[in-house]
Amino acid sequence: MQSEEMRLDGNAAAGVLRDLFTVDTTAAEATCGGCGKVGPIGALFEYGHEMGVVLRCTSCETPVLRIVRTDVAMYVDFSGLRLLRVSQ
Amino acid sequence: MSRLEWRVATVVGVRDETPRTRSLVLNVPGWAGHRAGQHVDVRLVAEDGYEAQRSYSIASAPENESVELTVERLDDGEVSSYLCDVLGPGDGLELRGPIGGYFVWDISSDGPLLLVGGGSGIVPLMSMLRHRARSDAAVRSRVPTVLLYSARTAEELIYKEELEKLANGNDSLMVCITLTRDAPAEWRGLRGRVDRAMLEMVSATVSGRPNVFVCGPTPFTEAVATLLVELGHEPSRIRTERFGPTG
Amino acid sequence: MSDTPFIARGFHRRRPEASANRLPPGQYETRDFPVLSAGPTPRTPLSQWDFTINDPTGRSIRWSWDELMALPHESPTVDIHCVTKWSKFGTRWEGISLDTMIAAARDASLAIPSYVLAFSDGDYSTNLPAADITGGKAWIAFGYDGAPLAPEHGGPARLLVPHLYFWKSAKWVRGLRFIDRDVPGFWEQLGYHNRGDPWKEQRYQGDP
Repeated sequence: MQSEEMRLDGNAAAGVLRDLFTVDTTAAEATCGGCGKVGPIGALFEYGHEMGVVLRCTSCETPVLRIVRTDVAMYVDFSGLRLLRVSQ
Repeated sequence: MSRLEWRVATVVGVRDETPRTRSLVLNVPGWAGHRAGQHVDVRLVAEDGYEAQRSYSIASAPENESVELTVERLDDGEVSSYLCDVLGPGDGLELRGPIGGYFVWDISSDGPLLLVGGGSGIVPLMSMLRHRARSDAAVRSRVPTVLLYSARTAEELIYKEELEKLANGNDSLMVCITLTRDAPAEWRGLRGRVDRAMLEMVSATVSGRPNVFVCGPTPFTEAVATLLVELGHEPSRIRTERFGPTG
Repeated sequence: MSDTPFIARGFHRRRPEASANRLPPGQYETRDFPVLSAGPTPRTPLSQWDFTINDPTGRSIRWSWDELMALPHESPTVDIHCVTKWSKFGTRWEGISLDTMIAAARDASLAIPSYVLAFSDGDYSTNLPAADITGGKAWIAFGYDGAPLAPEHGGPARLLVPHLYFWKSAKWVRGLRFIDRDVPGFWEQLGYHNRGDPWKEQRYQGDP
């Protein structure tokens, strides 16, 4: 089975994201730092499986958000996320 | 207190929907309600400390008193086989939620609704249909809805009787079921995998610019979403949720 | 987080095999070969594939696919251990020992300092101490279980460093960059350990 058949989407990261942000962010609009594509976090491709969360742009595959939770800390790499717009 | 808390729900009932799926009826203390389409995270901890965690879509309507999950037993699925075969009424089940804000639908989202589900992808869509059914006819008539549900065989159809009842009793709801592997001789529904022609047919039945929700295994969900865009649905009106293989 | 977790009645992990002394701490045995990927499967055609070793001075040495295949092959059988807690015993591989390739790099006057960053197609990378890929401990593997290495498992070629957690065995590997100072790779940037010895349970940064 290829990686693409096993990828999920940002909905699968909703629980982890909910531990980081005080509101749900899967409907928030993310601007990809690689190509500028804008779309909801929930629609990003999710890889990473049990290692962590890797949310990639559906256009250019840049990792927009990467999250790992260890026993003592949560590591979040935002470097591929240029902008996040969360509706109030 | 903004983190979602883990809570221990009590199983008040179980219901075998098909040979491979079971619904769990849960009483969740402190439950603040949910929106149709959301899910919960379930956490199982063994005596030796071994821990497993999975996400399950909520099957029940937000108006329901109890929270219902429908679980498919996957081959070698250590969590799904526990939930389907071992967990019983009176047992505790640790969960947190509701989770999700993208793949959600409320009756207040006026306008037509197109739901496409593959296998256990029907579960969050059922929450949406059950939520819709709680509104009166006048409201429902403003939300004409089509469900296209793909299952392998008739035995694997989850919520079969309830879907028939909803479709027959309802003005503006059409339920289309396709069986992809094996259909009984008397089967009068659709046959074969969801393809462009089938999607074209259901799209034609839903007038206007529907909100679209597609849920199921990744290959199914992506193929359907791509076809729907090709058929002219606006990408921003299509929301997808991919179910993974883990059990 | 509560101090006393709720114990689910009657729940236990899938039964492990009785091979306890081959299992590093915290692991369980699997007979499957789970696929974990951080991104889509790359598809570099062999005609465009190459493997490069770079050193800090900018010197490099490169092999095409055919040149790699011409190097002596080995057939290691090893146990592998994933940081997500599964271990798989007796996996059979075919590959080129990294000792062969590093010897060629030395012959080409490359400097071999203390650390190395393995890089792959896609954006994957992983760092390791150079000492962990020499002395018969590492291979470029292109065959698994008697067949060419499948793409989802890292084919056409992956790094194989079985004495460390398996995220160090970079799939779709395209080269090694020898570096003076340790630089964290893809997962190491996110908290995973710079070395990753399963027998010392070096899963995360800060683990001894």
